[in-house]
Amino acid sequence: MKLQRNTLLALYSVLEFAAEPARQRSAAAIAAKYGASPHHLAKVLRKLGRAGLLHAARGMGGGYRFAGNAKRVTLMDVIELFEDVGARAPRRRRRAEEKALEAVLAEIDETARATFRSITLKTMLKLNGRLAQPR
Amino acid sequence: MHIKKIRAVRGADLPQVIEIDAGITGLAKPDYWAGILKRYGGRSPQGFFLVCEAGKTVQGYIVGEVRDWEFGAPPCGWVFGIGVRPGARLGGLATRLLAEICARFRARGVDKVRTLMARDNALVLAFFRSQGMMAAPFIALEQDLE
Repeated sequence: MKLQRNTLLALYSVLEFAAEPARQRSAAAIAAKYGASPHHLAKVLRKLGRAGLLHAARGMGGGYRFAGNAKRVTLMDVIELFEDVGARAPRRRRRAEEKALEAVLAEIDETARATFRSITLKTMLKLNGRLAQPR
Repeated sequence: MHIKKIRAVRGADLPQVIEIDAGITGLAKPDYWAGILKRYGGRSPQGFFLVCEAGKTVQGYIVGEVRDWEFGAPPCGWVFGIGVRPGARLGGLATRLLAEICARFRARGVDKVRTLMARDNALVLAFFRSQGMMAAPFIALEQDLE
């Protein structure tokens, strides 16, 4: 399972904002942390803003802050804004072996979708916290 | 909501458990629950059927069992039923039920808990995920019998 760069940036960003919902942060700060260009990340953040996940503050010191419900928003809610997990172009004439392989790949995709749908941002933040603890 | 306590189920609780389950699944299963009560409602050393009550009302239940070498795995606790009245949700009740059954699993010497969920049951899947559960090293398979 590999997510596109924009999708990953969106997930990292939304988690950064959800971790400190009252804090306003600039696209440049997030971009620097994840090695993305500020211009590129700004496009991602605008999309998250249009989806109601971030609130954009205008003017001097502008930036974004979290506007969603971390207990309700799932990874899938964010991913779907940027890509269609497991989407495959329909083909009319297919051989039996192609159909068989597609059935297997569809199983994997459905499991991936169910996993993304079952994990909220709050759960991800808890997982971050657990993985950050020294063993 | 003030939860009085979490305790082992009693026969008199069963109608309320059936009602909670029917409210969630849309199907009342009295015979099934009578069987679960018989199997886990007594002094079974491995199985647990717990309810939480507020006042005289059962607000939720959880059922599970320590199973030895199920699917080839070392003994572990399995949770195979959990339900909370819709009006009692978001108060940490399911979390308390799960914590209680996990404590009982631990007391039986196991250090892992598992469950199996329909992948379209996003609500309950999200609950178990929020408790720290991750994918187990199993794949559920099925086939239509002709």
